[in-house]
Amino acid sequence: MSDTTFRPVTTETPLTRVVLILVSMAFLGLLVAAPLITVFAEALAEGAGAALESLSHPEAQDAIRLTLIVAAVSVPLNAVFGVAAAWLITKFQFRGKAVLLTLIDIPFSVSPVVAGLCIILTFGANSWVGSWLVAHGFPVVFALPGIILASMFVTFPFVAREIIPVMIEQGKTEEEAALTLGASGWRVFFTVTLPNIRWALLYGVLLCNARAMGEFGAVAVVSGKIRGLTATMPISIEMLYNEYQSVAAFAMAAVLALLALVTLALKTLLEWRYADQLAANRRH
Amino acid sequence: MQIEIDEISKLFGATAALHPVSLSLPSGALVALLGPSGSGKTTLLRILGGLEFPDTGRVLFDGQDATGLSVQDRRAGFVFQNYALFRHMTVFENIAYGLRARPRATRPTEAEIARRVAKLLELIQLPQIALRYPTQLSGGQRQRVALARALAIEPRMLLLDEPFGALDAKVRKELRQGLRDIHDTTGLTTVFVTHDQDEAMELADLVVVMSGDKSGGRIEQIGRPQDIRARPASDFVRTFISA
Repeated sequence: MSDTTFRPVTTETPLTRVVLILVSMAFLGLLVAAPLITVFAEALAEGAGAALESLSHPEAQDAIRLTLIVAAVSVPLNAVFGVAAAWLITKFQFRGKAVLLTLIDIPFSVSPVVAGLCIILTFGANSWVGSWLVAHGFPVVFALPGIILASMFVTFPFVAREIIPVMIEQGKTEEEAALTLGASGWRVFFTVTLPNIRWALLYGVLLCNARAMGEFGAVAVVSGKIRGLTATMPISIEMLYNEYQSVAAFAMAAVLALLALVTLALKTLLEWRYADQLAANRRH
Repeated sequence: MQIEIDEISKLFGATAALHPVSLSLPSGALVALLGPSGSGKTTLLRILGGLEFPDTGRVLFDGQDATGLSVQDRRAGFVFQNYALFRHMTVFENIAYGLRARPRATRPTEAEIARRVAKLLELIQLPQIALRYPTQLSGGQRQRVALARALAIEPRMLLLDEPFGALDAKVRKELRQGLRDIHDTTGLTTVFVTHDQDEAMELADLVVVMSGDKSGGRIEQIGRPQDIRARPASDFVRTFISA
């Protein structure tokens, strides 16, 4: 008997398969691969030396350092918040749960620029909170705290959204079992809950990190774009590009893209390394 | 340990789970809570284990009020319906969990833990599986590991929620005898929930027949299997045990 007469019911004809594969490859090529290649090509247009030199410029170094600081602060805070929110939502019944879920999703639906404006209105020098903070030597807007706040606002759903479905699917009987065996709440969390969500948590953190480093809209509004002081990598890229410093702009863009690619590679490596554990988690 | 349930009732939101029920279980008995779904039998078991708290009434262990005792302090060995084994731990770590969770002062040494786990694996007749993960076990093996894990904490009683529910007919018959043997070896007061009247009648010393309606679950009859068969207390019991 030949393949064509008795192919599995869920398998399409060879022609359909080829067409589907070609269409998706064409889309990916056009939307993802081509721009990525262009970024690297433009960055190296005047040779690797020019690109590296633009990156060693003090302002470029400041931008890279600032972006890394912002990610290093906002990602762990959002990871803790995400785990706490997911735990609350999946393990307990309480009034206002639906409201909390909606609030978590707000950053997905609100434009980052609007989020940035909200931060300015709340913490800017014209608000009483803002003027009090400035008077006490802790300005938020046009300074590092504002940039961190904006990045956190934009990225806070990522961890919670990754973990919640996993926690719902796993239910709470393993936690209950641990409690009947005499474990305290914290022990249950660290020995049962956390190991069970570690993969979802890792994905959430990686996504959150990628977004925190790449955020433009909200940061553009609150940062004031002060060169060497509040310009993150995405902001510097825009400024350099507007000043026709094409090599510097694309070199910086290439570094940002590389950071993202490294993140992705890390995730793939971990998936490959722990494939058996992942499969075990899903099957049970 | 002797267990006394005194006028326990429970509401979940607006839904009544248990109409006030009272029940006295003699020390060392093997007791079946038998009833259809919605009769509150699992709720009653979870209240005994400290996983739910009753709205009214008291639970007494050996005459001592245990109603407010936390789940950790009850020392009730609990076997869950789908066993709830820790999926990221080996069988050894699963069974050792309760021993490792003890406060430092009463925690056994590593060597002692290993010795006790080995002994429990012997008891459930699966000495070779210590290093496997739960996903690598059959349904019947998982049930026995869950039993061993519950026994590891040296519980004061053993509570089992539908312990045979997820197993096929042949394994179910074998494991019934397994539970009977473990009960007879340990002498623990053992309560299991089931909706299968054959299972209850064949295995238990004492059967508690429960029924449920809008006002919550209630107890229809308490008695030895042969007495319930000979003299059903109500039409409900008559119909349910002949089904």
